[in-house]
Amino acid sequence: MSAVPNRKLAVWKFASCDGCQLSLLNCEDELLQVAAAIDIAYFPEASRAMRGGPYNLSLVEGSITTKADAERIKTVRAQSQWLVTIGACATAGGIQALRNGRDVREFASIVYAKPDYIDTLETSTPIADHVSVDFELRGCPINKKQLLEVISAFLAGRRPAIATHSVCLECKARNAVCVMTAKDEPCLGPVTQAGCGAICPAYGRGCYGCFGPMEQPNTGALSKKWQALGAKPRQIHDAFRSFNAEAPAFRAEANLYDE
Amino acid sequence: MTSKTIKVDYLTRVEGEGSLFLRIDKDKVTEARLNIFEPPRFFEAFLRGRSASEAPDITSRICGICPVAYQMSAIHAMERAARIRIEGPLRDLRRLLYCGEWIESHALHIFMLHAPDFLGFDDAIAMAREHPDIVQTGLSIKKAGNSIVECLGGREVHPINIRLGGFYRVPQISELEALRDTLKRARDDMERVIDWISKLPFPDVSRDYEFVSLRHPDEYPMNEGQIVSNKGLEIDVSAFDDTFEEEHVPHSTALHAIIKGRGAYFVGPMARFNLNFAQLSPLASEAAKRTGLSEGCTNPFKSILVRAIEVLFAFEEALRIISIYERPEAAHVEIDPADATGWAATEAPRGLLYHHYKIDPQGRIETARIIPPTSQNQKIIEDDLKTVAQHFIGLSDDELKWRCEQTIRNYDPCISCAAHFLTLNIDRASEGL
Ligand code: SF4
Ligand code: SF4
Repeated sequence: MSAVPNRKLAVWKFASCDGCQLSLLNCEDELLQVAAAIDIAYFPEASRAMRGGPYNLSLVEGSITTKADAERIKTVRAQSQWLVTIGACATAGGIQALRNGRDVREFASIVYAKPDYIDTLETSTPIADHVSVDFELRGCPINKKQLLEVISAFLAGRRPAIATHSVCLECKARNAVCVMTAKDEPCLGPVTQAGCGAICPAYGRGCYGCFGPMEQPNTGALSKKWQALGAKPRQIHDAFRSFNAEAPAFRAEANLYDE
Repeated sequence: MTSKTIKVDYLTRVEGEGSLFLRIDKDKVTEARLNIFEPPRFFEAFLRGRSASEAPDITSRICGICPVAYQMSAIHAMERAARIRIEGPLRDLRRLLYCGEWIESHALHIFMLHAPDFLGFDDAIAMAREHPDIVQTGLSIKKAGNSIVECLGGREVHPINIRLGGFYRVPQISELEALRDTLKRARDDMERVIDWISKLPFPDVSRDYEFVSLRHPDEYPMNEGQIVSNKGLEIDVSAFDDTFEEEHVPHSTALHAIIKGRGAYFVGPMARFNLNFAQLSPLASEAAKRTGLSEGCTNPFKSILVRAIEVLFAFEEALRIISIYERPEAAHVEIDPADATGWAATEAPRGLLYHHYKIDPQGRIETARIIPPTSQNQKIIEDDLKTVAQHFIGLSDDELKWRCEQTIRNYDPCISCAAHFLTLNIDRASEGL
């Protein structure tokens, strides 16, 4: 067998569902090749071996929701040459950021018998609010092909080739019928960053924004369009407040429709 | 030897963040704890006020390994609230989707997370150096399961095509036909590899358990059935809250689910297998017999073999559904629950997953309650740890630690799922991290 590769990869978890790191294990055809190209030195979900840092590439899943985690992410940063966030939790705070601006003590008492035991911050925040991040990969979950591109780009010493345009262009690329034009179905595609391959429109449903806002989204124009299609303010508000609720462009638009 | 403690500060090859704590006094195991320090995400809280139709997409984000299970329990609970039953091809397609998730999730656990324990490897990548064929085969079996989820759901993790009342789009017959060869090949691979799994060195440990799962008169349970046990439990899902409760135990801040007045119970593949053996498909029951597994298996280490049998079953079931599929005219039935209560339990890969919702007159969620399988198994896991650690008390600390980890992995625990409702022990300093 070939020697252990000399560059090291680490995969870290914060508040999350594990779906983004699972995307790496879902690369069934490429996983062993990845392991041959870079030493998967720290990946607790997949291995008992926990080889120490420093790491050349750290993939970080999940958002910061506890004091302990706010400290832990700093130690991750300190051990990592490159730090890449994977997914909506790490990049925008995730669905759990719906607590932000609400009474988190009350939230805890809804779920837990002894809410006092819960060590939690008032907010769920993205990794970039705490440490510098070298690249952010979008999606809830991320697309595994994009993940492989990020890892290959790192190994080759180049910037990952990840498009920042909207889902609409991916619809056109795969010849999917526009659900807003053809079915009057509200869709977040025009303001959502590409990367998934326009899955929802291809299945006849409007995009619900799981990849977060594209660069410079025209959210105001889209909300007007939704209203013309009959969407109520509450529906527009909730649409922008989901898996990327704390991404600034989505948060700002949602606030306009807060009742 | 006087007293000592054994700790694993960060459990690996499980989903989510947990640790293990064992106290041994004079060669006697006096305490075993599975601690959960996964941060809470408060799903039940922020579901309040959201539209009932959003429940499947939102709750799927509780777990990236078994999102379909959350979607299935959520939609069935909402359909119950609306008093509508989905039958025919739409029902079959849901079952097919669940087959895909069982295969994908079980294969991940068998080949990547659990088998390395039996052979002393840190992970599947190390195992692949000596058993390349097994690991490659395992990955292709997993991929075949994912191909079903991708076809029906749009993608493997957090499928987008599931909605109340059915799907956004139902597949053409030809799309399902196209899966057939892959599934047949993977089924044959699984059949072959089961014999390898059956020869793994299983520790000889067994306990008297109360197994709990769904049971359905006509099929191996997935989306529907009564809740039954090997100790006489037989209830409708509506009686879940009257039958089970969460107990707050003093040594830990975790809540443990128990059967009222009876105690701990065991959910998951081994419970399903023991309670529904007669409903297995021909190849699956034949493979069980060939490998010496029978109804009433009580060795938790054999759960890896039981999962393998269920994978074989899921392939056969998927192929059966594909062979009878007729494309329905409508991809979904309109469902708008309002001013109603709904509940459902379905069989997630790891066992019974219960959802309960109260919907207000505007169709928004007033309250939500979700009880995942790992929360239900937590007490059983701790009891197993005591038994296993006692059985292997003569081992060195490192070996004993590994045995304990393997014992926890017998349950394929998903701590990410459990954490949103368990009370947490976040004392990382004293637990080491
Ligand atoms: S971004 Fe979505 S898929 Fe990824 S960890 Fe967070 S909840 Fe899971
Ligand atoms: S279409 Fe939108 S919601 Fe659907 S997968 Fe793509 S980004 Fe996510």
